[in-house]
Amino acid sequence: MPTFAGYVARRLLAGVVVLWGAATVTFVALHRVGGDPVDAVVGPGVSPTPSLRRQITEEYGFDQPLIVQYGRWLGRLLGGDLGRSYQLGRPVSAVLADQVRPTCALALSAVLLAGVLAVVTALATAGRGRLVRGLVSGAELAVVSLPSFWVGLLALTFLSFRWHLFPVAGDQGFAALVLPAVTLALPVAGVLAQVLRQSLDEALTQPFVLTVRTRGVPEALVLARHALRHAAIPVVTLAGWVVGSLLGGAVLIETVFARPGLGRVLLAAVGSRDTPVVAAIVLLSAAAFTCANLLVDLVCPALDPRLRTAPATRRTPPMPVTVAKETPA
Amino acid sequence: MTAPTRTEPAATGRRARTPLVEIAKLRVDFGTGGRRVRAVDAVDLSVAPGECLALVGESGSGKSVTARALVGLAGPRAHVSCDRMLVDGRDATRFDARAWRGVRGRRIGFVLQDALVSLDVLRTVGAEVAEPLRTHAVVPRGRVHTRVLDLLADAGIPDPARRVRQYPHQLSGGLRQRALIASALAAEPALLIADEPTTALDVTVQAQILDLLADKRAGGMGLLLISHDLAVVSRVADRVAVMRDGVIVEQGPAARVLTQPEHPYTRLLLAAVPSGRTRGRRLSPGPDDTRPEEPTHTPRPGSDPTSVTGPRRTRPAHRDTPLVEAHAVGRSFTDADGSVRDAVREFAVTIHPGEAVGLVGESGSGKTTAARLLLGLVTPDTGTVRFDGRPWSTMPERARRPLRRRLQVITQDPLGSFDPRWSVGRLLGEALGTVGVRRGAARRERTVDLLLRVGLAADHLGRRPATLSGGQRQRVAIARALATEPQVLVCDEPVSALDVSVQAQVLDLLADLRESHGLALLFISHDLGVVHHVCDRVLVMHDGRVVEQGDVDRVFADPEHAYTRTLLHALPGRDLGPGASPAPPPPPPGVAADFLSFRRTDR
Amino acid sequence: MSATASLLAHPRVGRAARAARLRPGAVPALVVVTCAVLAALWPDLLTDHSPDTTAPARALRPPDTEHLFGTDQLGRDVYARVVYGARLSLEIGVGATVIGSVVGTVIGLVAGLGGRAADAVSMRATDVLTAFPELLLALLVITVTGPGTTNVLVSIGVASVPGYARLVRSRALVVRRADFVEAGVALGVSRPALVLRHILPNTVGPLLVLASIGTGTAVVSGAALSYLGMGPRPPAAEWGVMLADGQDFVQTAWWITVFPGLAVAAVVMAVTVLGRTLRERGTEATR
Repeated sequence: MPTFAGYVARRLLAGVVVLWGAATVTFVALHRVGGDPVDAVVGPGVSPTPSLRRQITEEYGFDQPLIVQYGRWLGRLLGGDLGRSYQLGRPVSAVLADQVRPTCALALSAVLLAGVLAVVTALATAGRGRLVRGLVSGAELAVVSLPSFWVGLLALTFLSFRWHLFPVAGDQGFAALVLPAVTLALPVAGVLAQVLRQSLDEALTQPFVLTVRTRGVPEALVLARHALRHAAIPVVTLAGWVVGSLLGGAVLIETVFARPGLGRVLLAAVGSRDTPVVAAIVLLSAAAFTCANLLVDLVCPALDPRLRTAPATRRTPPMPVTVAKETPA
Repeated sequence: MTAPTRTEPAATGRRARTPLVEIAKLRVDFGTGGRRVRAVDAVDLSVAPGECLALVGESGSGKSVTARALVGLAGPRAHVSCDRMLVDGRDATRFDARAWRGVRGRRIGFVLQDALVSLDVLRTVGAEVAEPLRTHAVVPRGRVHTRVLDLLADAGIPDPARRVRQYPHQLSGGLRQRALIASALAAEPALLIADEPTTALDVTVQAQILDLLADKRAGGMGLLLISHDLAVVSRVADRVAVMRDGVIVEQGPAARVLTQPEHPYTRLLLAAVPSGRTRGRRLSPGPDDTRPEEPTHTPRPGSDPTSVTGPRRTRPAHRDTPLVEAHAVGRSFTDADGSVRDAVREFAVTIHPGEAVGLVGESGSGKTTAARLLLGLVTPDTGTVRFDGRPWSTMPERARRPLRRRLQVITQDPLGSFDPRWSVGRLLGEALGTVGVRRGAARRERTVDLLLRVGLAADHLGRRPATLSGGQRQRVAIARALATEPQVLVCDEPVSALDVSVQAQVLDLLADLRESHGLALLFISHDLGVVHHVCDRVLVMHDGRVVEQGDVDRVFADPEHAYTRTLLHALPGRDLGPGASPAPPPPPPGVAADFLSFRRTDR
Repeated sequence: MSATASLLAHPRVGRAARAARLRPGAVPALVVVTCAVLAALWPDLLTDHSPDTTAPARALRPPDTEHLFGTDQLGRDVYARVVYGARLSLEIGVGATVIGSVVGTVIGLVAGLGGRAADAVSMRATDVLTAFPELLLALLVITVTGPGTTNVLVSIGVASVPGYARLVRSRALVVRRADFVEAGVALGVSRPALVLRHILPNTVGPLLVLASIGTGTAVVSGAALSYLGMGPRPPAAEWGVMLADGQDFVQTAWWITVFPGLAVAAVVMAVTVLGRTLRERGTEATR
């Protein structure tokens, strides 16, 4: 009989394994199998002198067997050392520390906005007539399909430059956050609203809802007390996907709105092939994703008692494609 | 609720009191415009206090829609109209949403089948039972909890203090159904509508639930029972209304309707119920009747289509060697939580050529695992299975494959056993291919021949099974099994998903084929009547073991094992059917079976 | 169970309902996709202008009858560039989807049909890949390979592998245990025939639906990476590149950015609508 503590322990272990795998992938990328790592350190277009080459090789330990380098790298990672930026010559952690705050502000405000938007539209349209639902699902489709960076560009063009409603760029206070946050939130809100509405509709056709109605329970309570809880479960499992798409989207949105943040740093690092920085940011986002999924694993049994007595051996995270809900269970 | 606006003209002395609910000329349509489909037409019914009216019909007959219309919940796509609808003597056609909510739960309770989906699985049993109490403020807040405990105890749930905190999935099917009934009864409704309340349950549990409902009725509650099961109805109903295609074809006292039916459809339904008394008799009307939905063509040689008695049922002499012999077969499985469960223990059976052996037991007793062991789809942990004198369970699959044609299977869910992308013709063609029938004209001819043998036609070749009715699908499954000309046909609950009239046709078909092909049957069913009708010998399984076996008449008439006695005792409606009444006239030809054979969607 | 369900089970009613339920927008979606494919294969059918001819004298003209979508800062015809841009954008979208779905299918089949060990190893691997946000994983790949059209295509393909692998695995696990496969065993159908006739086709069917929707997503990702400067280099006509190009002129010439973006949006929406229509057909056929 599996206990809940055992379940939590297994989920934690699975999370650690995933993170270790993610670290391994980034190590492989870092050491560019087949390429000369020294070239990466000096940057593109520079041919290092033999003495510089030797110095770099020794400093970074490139002369060691790959497995030793891997072990050392993992060890440093565990100690919180993300390495040194090739281009900036500073520790990666210091580079990131400056930039985490604006990205977090952006992502958090976007996720709040997306959640509110999704719940409001889903509740307002669940079980409604054909016309309302047709319009809303059309809007959702549009919001999910439009490239967010293009929407950002348009918003910038018209709301900032033409009509001067919002600041043009930068990280100056709340007003500068509005357009980027909305742009980042819209596609996420679209997906969440779709999933929530579909699962609400599905829950409302279940026999237990008929039972509740035959008890004389008002429709608002049928939604709030019963259907919403059933519908929440598939939405909650999307948390990992939400984290991923917000971090990915932030790269684009920060570029469009010329905001400082991890996304800008990442882009600069990709352009200059500053692999330690790229690896660190990618690894961080993998960690955020894994933590989100861990939380989901802990929250789902709270929502669904069936998972408490017989926790699923492995929960499959949902497809990261616009509502790829294949067949309703 | 004492607001009698109109009083019912007292038709009989028994119905002198104000009916709890009364409806005249109820019509329900689904869809709009040209696609409108009438689900219920001109239905009149009423239920008096303390009375049980049973609404009987096959799937798609409109009985559930009727029941839901009585609480104003026929659904957003339904158009409901009627000449008169009185609830507690009040005109319900003028009810607004608020008035309906006052009726639901408080005046009329509602119970659906399968409590696992009819209770909110995310909430505790206690919260579910308390909901009507809170909604209608039946008792003060502080007393809700004690009231819930009382209600659970009243519904026959042992240890209510523990159960109240549990979730529906933690309860057995029987307890769940009791909890659902407790929640429907919580606000003390005057009328309970129960829609197939016992359908998914084993017979022993079914009997307990029916007793519980009978108790409540003795206390003055009215009961409207919706059921497809004539046996259940015969056990509890005062009056019976038989529905077909949205119309009540016959209504009257249960004793009269169930023993001396007037309408041909009622007679057909009753004649279709299999039991020991129907052995050797056809259950469905002769094949010369026209059936738009279930085209039955003249069966192939072997049966006399005009014979009323059907194929003869003489016991074949078993001097020849058995075809299937299982000896001390056991098999266990590891469950998801790591515990090991013995599905089948010490199972033994012999099947001789041409013999029909029944295997009965409740759900989880190991019947299906036993069948899969015999079919060589599961390897036994202990014991051996021999087929035609050869070791079968230990044979490597390569050697077994060419022999599999001689041992075929049909299951409860034929649709699942067909590749969803394939047409009927291709499915049968594959089966013929395994016995070496080459593609081309010969295969096509054999395919059509197979379809005709099971009462289908060549124009079914191009159809996908998903577009066929339940009965037709089972016929296709039988045709596929016949393609390899087997000697043994394992039938795993082959008719339990079918309506009774379609079940009758499929059972008749199996009987004909047994006669014409000399097929041996291993017939698995939870329905003792079906097994008694079909089989020569029977094995009773309980907890993975065979607890009793022997001649079917002997076992059912004089059971030796206590479990068999419990099973038989729980069986409702043993006095049911035409056999119980003095010689009912046979259904007149032509009018009998033009009903729609909907697939039974209520599992 | 419900009355409506049993109603819909009736052949006549069901057919009528299906006919009436043709997804709104399926027809315009088909038109958009057809136009995009035409533009990618034979762009000169849709425009007489060249996408690369510069004409500084006519720079930054707003849309008129001569230049439907106006001209850009170098006087190039925006309409022609949108039409010619279809080829690169669709190439990236389709190519990435092919890579992702093929590799994903192989991994998924190994996991779903192979033994426990194969399943464990390949699923752990996809777990790890899933942990990276798709765009960041693509950027990581580009860091290794360097920028360029092919590299963008490959990186998006790699990033989409886990999704396809998961779908195929879960389908394969269901299908291999399906009753109809066991029915084949009981009939005496050989193992290779079972896999080829029943397991593979039923496993891969839903993949086509996901892949069609995935193509739309890949087109957006391609445009995004090109916009970020990881893909084709500027003067190339590609929608993402055009967006990046026009970005500096948003204050004065909105048309340079609006139209390429509209093209991306239209293609993605159309592909998604078609994919969903396919999915509905599919679930109906197997129901």
